[in-house]
Amino acid sequence: MIAELGQLTLIIAALLALAQFAFPIYGAWRNNQSFMAMGNSTAYGQFVFVSIALGILTYSFLVQDFSLAYVANNSNSDLPIIYRISAVWGAHEGSLLLWVFIITLWTVAVTVVSSRKTSVLPKAFSARVIAILGLVSFGFLLFVIFTSNPFDRILPAPFDGRDLNPLLQDIGLIIHPPMLYLGYVGFAVAFAFAIAALLGGEINREWVRWARPWTLLAWSFLTFGIALGSWWAYYELGWGGWWFWDPVENASFMPWIVGTALLHAQAVTEKRGSFIGWTLLLSISAFSLSLLGAFLVRSGVITSVHAFASDPTRGVFILMYLGVIVGGSLALYALRVPKMISGSGFTWFSRESLILINNLLLTVALFMVLLGTLYPIIADAFGMGKISVGPPYFGSLFIVIMAPLVMLIPLAAYSRWKQDKAGRVLSKLLVPLFISIAVTAMVAWQNDASNLRTLSGVFAGTWVISGTLRYTIERFRKNNRFTLPRSEFAMVLAHIGVGVFVIGVAMVETTSTEKHLAMGSGDSYTIAEYQFTFKGTEHIDGPNFSAERGTFLVTKNGKLISTMYPEKRQYRNNQIMTEAALDPGFTRDLYVSLGDPLDEARQIWAVRIYEKPFIRWIWLGALMMTFAGLIALSDRRYRRKKTHQNEPSAEPSNNTNPLTNGSMP
Amino acid sequence: MKRWLPLISFAILAILLGFGLKNADTKSLIPSPLIDKPAPDFNLPLVGQPEVFVSKSDLLGTTYLLNVWGSWCAACRVEHPFMNQLSRSGILPVVGLNWKDEPTEAIAWLKQFGDPYSINMSDYSGRTAIDFGVYGAPESFIIDAKGNVRYKHIGVLNQQIFEREIQPLLATIAREVSGQ
Repeated sequence: MIAELGQLTLIIAALLALAQFAFPIYGAWRNNQSFMAMGNSTAYGQFVFVSIALGILTYSFLVQDFSLAYVANNSNSDLPIIYRISAVWGAHEGSLLLWVFIITLWTVAVTVVSSRKTSVLPKAFSARVIAILGLVSFGFLLFVIFTSNPFDRILPAPFDGRDLNPLLQDIGLIIHPPMLYLGYVGFAVAFAFAIAALLGGEINREWVRWARPWTLLAWSFLTFGIALGSWWAYYELGWGGWWFWDPVENASFMPWIVGTALLHAQAVTEKRGSFIGWTLLLSISAFSLSLLGAFLVRSGVITSVHAFASDPTRGVFILMYLGVIVGGSLALYALRVPKMISGSGFTWFSRESLILINNLLLTVALFMVLLGTLYPIIADAFGMGKISVGPPYFGSLFIVIMAPLVMLIPLAAYSRWKQDKAGRVLSKLLVPLFISIAVTAMVAWQNDASNLRTLSGVFAGTWVISGTLRYTIERFRKNNRFTLPRSEFAMVLAHIGVGVFVIGVAMVETTSTEKHLAMGSGDSYTIAEYQFTFKGTEHIDGPNFSAERGTFLVTKNGKLISTMYPEKRQYRNNQIMTEAALDPGFTRDLYVSLGDPLDEARQIWAVRIYEKPFIRWIWLGALMMTFAGLIALSDRRYRRKKTHQNEPSAEPSNNTNPLTNGSMP
Repeated sequence: MKRWLPLISFAILAILLGFGLKNADTKSLIPSPLIDKPAPDFNLPLVGQPEVFVSKSDLLGTTYLLNVWGSWCAACRVEHPFMNQLSRSGILPVVGLNWKDEPTEAIAWLKQFGDPYSINMSDYSGRTAIDFGVYGAPESFIIDAKGNVRYKHIGVLNQQIFEREIQPLLATIAREVSGQ
């Protein structure tokens, strides 16, 4: 009974979403305040009903209602409570419901912020934004109701469920999807702002200032979500890899690339008024690529390790939805974009031109990833058979495209808006250049195994970090104190994060050591200066499992540096889990896991030992970028009410903005 | 014209995706780049006998069906009765590739549902499955006496598919052998 209620709440939510689209958009068109205001109430209503639906699905998992097909397929009476909750988004139907829930969450956030008394958003503008979000949500609700209903019953109901995929029973996978979706769906807000601006024709650089904190927030979630996925793959899949260029990973990476380009383009538009059309296009593209990702993952068009159960009817629905949302927005873009002002001019060497190069390179990278991901479809369409390109294609091309981008980072921070001299900027970066050369030479001297790829990565990473630090020091000196404005601090942190990430990747790719051994009690093995001594296993009992726990003493130059305890656990529900032991370190991870007992009497086990230098730096870099995004959006200027330009004006902004000291064409 | 470019690119992309969708349902029938190529090398321990290793060369000389499965895989449970039946029929040996599975669980599972595998190898790390381009269990390969992959099926294999696609192939393989 309660499940039928869930279905009903979804239908009500869909109707509210439709109202949330229709009333405010009409109100904004006719300048009717009460119609515009209906956007808020319907948005709250939709949020409440979608929350109830999600709550009912969660409840069905908690009480083990196996008469629901979705619960029966993804749960089991032995499943621990925490995984019963995460099983809610463990497969297609529930994850789609989570997706819708997150849209309504973002909508409510926008509604709350824009209806505050201090809000700088014109009423008609925020009404349009909420209407667009209503339309986006409406499509997804229809999708859930017609093709992917999580409340479908099966008759007769099975006695027990099939259980959640064991790989998904992991803490990393509990938080990874919500974070990722917060990022994907968050780009819908920037998208809605762009469409609202195009619809209203009120394109000035103001809308970018309104949209920017939302974009930053979405981008931070997406960065964190992708990093979580990568970290999970590292420790759970047990082969020590962190990125596989799988279509589903690419589906999350493409919006990230465009989102990154968008953040930079927004900076130019907000500060200088240039690139408005481009910023609009990127805002539309970031969300469109999120939708494309949903299509790729859920339609069965592309085969991937992570793909959900494929179903072409779902594919047809999402493709139609893509056609309406993306096709409609791009048509609107084409019709409206020439009305925009185009900002002040700039010379070939200026912050604008460097950000333009950043955007061009990121766009090329996007097309490279898109082409590689869609290549199987393209090849098939032209009768070349089913082929897919693997990591070699992505890995080598991506480095080639990203190398110049990374090298230009310190220059961009240093350069001035509008016009600068390359010589001035480069002369300031001489010291960082020497530091980078020195560090690279040191690495080359220390590791005789280093190859060109590692060294260039180390060089690029050090260059970014030292160049950015040099800039920071100069700013401190100029301001005579050790603080930076938040947005500037965020920029510095994010760029250092890029450098840290690049060094991590370069070191891990080429200097890792991996050994698969058979070890008996008392045996030792040495990899990369670390001597691992196996001290045998003992039987231990945990709260809900019993385990064989191995003891490994790790020594370096005769000194004990770590004792590692990998476990082979048998849970009460008969599930066996391998708990690898990790000794994380700033410059290297040690990783030991017990395979199978090869000879129980003599305690001989299959053992895997890895040494991964600098792997933590990959996620450390991503975390720095995440925090940078959050810091940037806390910058005070997004909350400051501008004194001279906050009237709901349909006029493009003119030259009165104090930030614009250049000339308008 | 320039401002219509994004829309035009999207239209091309949408047509392409539509095309991909049209072919998506036939995808499971014509996949692997490995077809008619030598099967990837492997050397894996047996499930339950981790000290005994079986390699690709050990299996040369017979045509066999390689079935990728796991005790965690729900669809494998659906497929399993057919595997048992195929194994009993003696048409060809069924070799198991136990993918990313705990051996003790795999053994318990086979005790419960029956063991069709004449040889059952454990691919605990999933590396061999990667070499084979496996992206989901169950998956089945026909590998001929020379060690070449002749056929791949993604998803649950059943009697209809076997009769329609694998039996004609087995006949072809038999002719090839007798023709030489």
